[in-house]
Amino acid sequence: MATVYVDNKACEMNPEENLLHGCLSHGFKLPYFCWHPALGSVGACRQCAVKQFKDDKDSQGKIVMSCMTPAAEGTRISIADPEVVAFRAGIIEGLMLNHPHDCPVCDEGGECHLQDMTVMTGHDYRRYEFEKRTFRNQDLGPLVNHEMNRCIQCYRCVRYYRDYAGGRDLNAFASRDQVFFGRSEDGVLENEFSGNLVEICPTGVFTDKTLKHHYARKWDQQFAPSVCVHCALGCNTDAGERYGSLRRIVNRYNHEINGYFLCDRGRFGYEFVNSEARLRQSVLKDRPTSAAAARQYLDQTVANGRVIGIGSPRASLESNFALRTLVGPDHFYSGIADHEAKLVGLMLEILRRGPMRTPTLRDIEESDVVLILGEDLTNVAPRMALSVRQSVRQQPMEAVKKLKVPLWLDHGVRDAMQDARGPLYIATPYRTRLDEVATATFRAAPDDLARFGFAIAHALDSSAPISHETSQDWLMAAAIARALKAAKKPLVISGTSCASEAVIQAAANVAMAANTALSFTAPECNTIGAALMGGNSLSAAFQAVKDGEADTVIILENDLYRRAPQAEVDSMLKAATHVIALDHLPNPTTEKAELLLPAGTFAESDGTFISSEGRVQRFLQVSAPQNEVMASWRWLKPDHWQSLDDVLRAMAKALPELDAACDAAPSSKFRIAGAKIPRSPLRESGRTAALVNINISEPKTPDDPDSALSFSMEGTPDQPPAALIPFFWSPNWNSIQAVNTYQKEVGGPLRGGDAGVRLFEPAPRNGQAYFSAIPRAFSPRQGAWLLVPMYHIFGSDELSLAAPGIRELATKPHVAVNSDEFAEGAEVEVNCAAGTFRLPVMIHREMPVGVAALSVGLSPLVGIQWPTWGKIARAK
Amino acid sequence: MKGNSEKPLTERMHTDGSVVDLQTYEQAGGYQAIRKVLHAGMTPMAVTEEVKAANLRGRGGAGFQTGVKWSFVPRGKDVPNPTYLVVNGDEMEPGTFKDRLLMERDPHQLIEGAMVAAFAIEADIAYIFLRGEYTLAAERLARAIAEAYEHHYLGKNIFGAGCNLELYLHLSGGRYICGDETGLLNALEGKRANPRAKPPFPVVVGLFGKPTVVNNVETICCVPHIINNGAEWFHGLSKTNDGGTKLYGVSGKVKRPGLWELPMGTTAREIIEEHAGGMRDGLKLRGLLPGGSSTPFIVEQHLDTPMDFTEMPKAGSRLGTGTMIVLDDHTCAVGMAWNMTRFFARESCGFCTPCWSGLGWAERILRSIEDGKGKPGDLDKLAFQAKMWSPGNTFCALAPGAADPLETSMKYFREDFERHIREHRCPWS
Repeated sequence: MATVYVDNKACEMNPEENLLHGCLSHGFKLPYFCWHPALGSVGACRQCAVKQFKDDKDSQGKIVMSCMTPAAEGTRISIADPEVVAFRAGIIEGLMLNHPHDCPVCDEGGECHLQDMTVMTGHDYRRYEFEKRTFRNQDLGPLVNHEMNRCIQCYRCVRYYRDYAGGRDLNAFASRDQVFFGRSEDGVLENEFSGNLVEICPTGVFTDKTLKHHYARKWDQQFAPSVCVHCALGCNTDAGERYGSLRRIVNRYNHEINGYFLCDRGRFGYEFVNSEARLRQSVLKDRPTSAAAARQYLDQTVANGRVIGIGSPRASLESNFALRTLVGPDHFYSGIADHEAKLVGLMLEILRRGPMRTPTLRDIEESDVVLILGEDLTNVAPRMALSVRQSVRQQPMEAVKKLKVPLWLDHGVRDAMQDARGPLYIATPYRTRLDEVATATFRAAPDDLARFGFAIAHALDSSAPISHETSQDWLMAAAIARALKAAKKPLVISGTSCASEAVIQAAANVAMAANTALSFTAPECNTIGAALMGGNSLSAAFQAVKDGEADTVIILENDLYRRAPQAEVDSMLKAATHVIALDHLPNPTTEKAELLLPAGTFAESDGTFISSEGRVQRFLQVSAPQNEVMASWRWLKPDHWQSLDDVLRAMAKALPELDAACDAAPSSKFRIAGAKIPRSPLRESGRTAALVNINISEPKTPDDPDSALSFSMEGTPDQPPAALIPFFWSPNWNSIQAVNTYQKEVGGPLRGGDAGVRLFEPAPRNGQAYFSAIPRAFSPRQGAWLLVPMYHIFGSDELSLAAPGIRELATKPHVAVNSDEFAEGAEVEVNCAAGTFRLPVMIHREMPVGVAALSVGLSPLVGIQWPTWGKIARAK
Repeated sequence: MKGNSEKPLTERMHTDGSVVDLQTYEQAGGYQAIRKVLHAGMTPMAVTEEVKAANLRGRGGAGFQTGVKWSFVPRGKDVPNPTYLVVNGDEMEPGTFKDRLLMERDPHQLIEGAMVAAFAIEADIAYIFLRGEYTLAAERLARAIAEAYEHHYLGKNIFGAGCNLELYLHLSGGRYICGDETGLLNALEGKRANPRAKPPFPVVVGLFGKPTVVNNVETICCVPHIINNGAEWFHGLSKTNDGGTKLYGVSGKVKRPGLWELPMGTTAREIIEEHAGGMRDGLKLRGLLPGGSSTPFIVEQHLDTPMDFTEMPKAGSRLGTGTMIVLDDHTCAVGMAWNMTRFFARESCGFCTPCWSGLGWAERILRSIEDGKGKPGDLDKLAFQAKMWSPGNTFCALAPGAADPLETSMKYFREDFERHIREHRCPWS
């Protein structure tokens, strides 16, 4: 550490950082705009100026930008020096020249970094008397709103969008005091991480368009810490609601996972919670019924019937466990399709026996050589793609270090690095968005991808098995092996997307041979949790009903038509005497239910998910209970479980491997100085008067027996543990940038540690055997196609598809092939075991011949058992 | 007093305005410096040392010692390669037209200079970054470069000495900020011409991230003559310690506006009275900007200061490009300040706040004063803005360059500003 004197006070600062970073980490009120902990320094806004002195005798000093000056040992600076105070006031005055005084009608108002910094700097009177410059705003699509007149030209948006996220369609146009940040023409922002502009922009240029449709001020919203339900990565979020409707999702910083950024599906998919179609009341035999009657019917049916339960990879551990408890472990069936369950089981076995470490997203960002085997990350685990995009900077960064360019000096680093990228290899059946930053790509059918992986592993360690048929592709395999071997922090990424055990096994062999980290993607938010919970296979559930062993089926948050072919589900549901379903939204399965129970979404319930990293994380209820909607585990639990704590205790006892769930967040008994943690920000508005037309005395706030959070603004003013942070807000910091004050060091871990408990740590290396079942080389079949799934960030996820913004952007279901037989866009009929689908065809010249990829999860392409063979013919 | 009448930079130029072609250039002793360097076995360091000893200071305006800049280039086997030479021909400083003459009339002098400079910094690739509006210079440089390639003076194994040099002519899309050496590098890379932070300096991280030297056209043109005649001779050309001759120019209401090659350190009085023929009849000189619009005003009392990099700061100004703009007593000083500020406001790249925001504001205040709508307090606002543009407060030198003429015009011609505000009109219009 270096000692830096700030207004003569000695402060320990990280000498590898700049003075602004150091000052903010020490809690000094130093305003800034263009700097961002994830983006580094460029020195554009000049707002963070300080006076620097040569030594303790220098009384003149000179003005420097703290973000552009290293925190070197012995540096002496002043924040309070009158000249630099006046300079900073001049800067904010300059930034505000053209800024409209529209805070009262601006969505950013009340959580605006520009407001905060203006107040911090003390600027309160506009001396500028001329016309303001104005712009025409653009329609950037359904997710992000554009209001350029508010712009202060800090350049954060383009730096984030282009430099960090790799987007191309947002740019800075023109010059002087008329720089326009937008697209060359109106249109949907192309980048899958565009929503982060909402938080990156220090004012209201880019705001959340979905929030605009049901706007509420930050101070009027009630928040709870949540975990994203739209993929398996477990990004941390804070969800905000008002009057029982969910208003938005904002990023909840987790140093190990999402850091400052979410993907657009994760940020904007939440609107399914507010869907008009939501099930908010129990329905018995197509008639609405009371919760009590529903509960009574449930108890009666369970008591009298031969009952089985089908769990769900998108339901919490608690809900799955409550169902398992209700029906008994022997009658509990996994809600994951058989083949997928097998793949996930294989991944778990690999992670459990080690010795490969499953990396956090931060680890992925820091990896210097990455091999992706079989995954289209942007569409399967989007936030991970953003991390991989940063990883390619690691190797070139070494050269930059040699040039002695400080790593926080963003433009200096980028000028030095230019287009240099570290090794990233992507082996998939079809092209992926990340190809543009890849060193090399390899396109093949799943079996050949696996063989390629086995070849890489063999090139690394000759004791790893390889097929005896050689291939010219193995030259590339050898090059990848060399890169992995030379790496300091190598990483292999694979997962379930190719529906191939061999691909997963090959990835494990590479990771073991090269001693790399190994990251597996998984399909849904609690796939790993559901797999760890276990249960009989889904097909066994179908068999049990078919064989008459069971006459009553309880289906937990699961549309079985997405798991199995339509005919099979139809016949099973028909064969069952009683079908009881719990879910958020109507779907083909709930339509067949005799009793339908309204299940709380992540916003209306508490629970625990296990991410694909193997991180156990808690999400907490945002809204006070309304209607009859409640957590599935509450519908299913035995009477003696009073609260979430009881469920967790019982689960830890029954399933010791899951006892980490108890530690995912402090229990409901947790208090800070005797107080709960408020879900609502402090009383700064008329919010408490909202109901005075009904009753002038304040209503009693609803009780929350399940968590340490209160449905109130009253409670501790102190920083809660990471898993319990409902919102980031601190004195002087009303915007999301308040997160600075929650971190030990700005940009570092949260004080008290980041949220989540990791389940898998590498086992010692003691001769774990390589997988040796190498598949035969893929050979195309005459007149038939190998069908593989193709994922879409907007469309493949069931729940987010019910959010209007996401639905608008969703990919149209199609089939992708490399063939001269069909014209691009032509209608074809795909015939396979799951049925016949009429689809447009897309020609993908990069794809292996004989392989067709189908948009997965988009109606009607559900319930397909991968991999499968099919026929494709021109539609008649 | 030192200094003689030699004019190495301009002596070969034809008086009819036509271009000196390769043959004429060689007959007049051209391409001897590069031959000397290549055939007499001079090392790159020896060339650099010679230029350093000549005390050649950058003619783009900053006056940094050229030889010293070259000596910062990382050399040896393990350094990033290639190294680039970039010749800055983006002459957009208002009132400045000296490089234009050099490029239009004697392009081979520049090419040979670039060859020697590239040899000195061990660059195999050189760019001439040319102001887009200089179409005649572009045409003549392109032809001269083609001639040099035809004679194998450029390309591979030049003069059979085993050295290579590819020389490219690049026409700027056209912004003042492209004249900033790092703004220029970004423009050359096809990016927005926002200047870069220094450090890292271009000699370490320059064009395409590689070591790069950026030199002004006039600077480069001096190089062959230093090699041919030696550092001592170059020193002797000057009247002061800064070596060489200088192209001095005068614009404004003088009898004969123009451009002359004179010993470095010639005074403004001599340039105006002897070479420009004095002020037009009936007009009096009120002040002048010595080196383009981004240098502070000097007035009558400073006219005998030698115009060089060392002496001008003592008069509160800078040599800049050495091409002065003269203000007379029939021209409105406020109008001139407004005109210049309008230029700088328009040319701000829009990157740092004091520049993009403050210049636009200042321009509007000056316009309103000139239009008779000025208010008491406006001058304080202008003074405050100019202070906001001090070196170090802004990202590059554009805004400080705008502050200099504005602050000094308010200093020397304050009454003019106050009269505008008092009388609600421009007294000169």
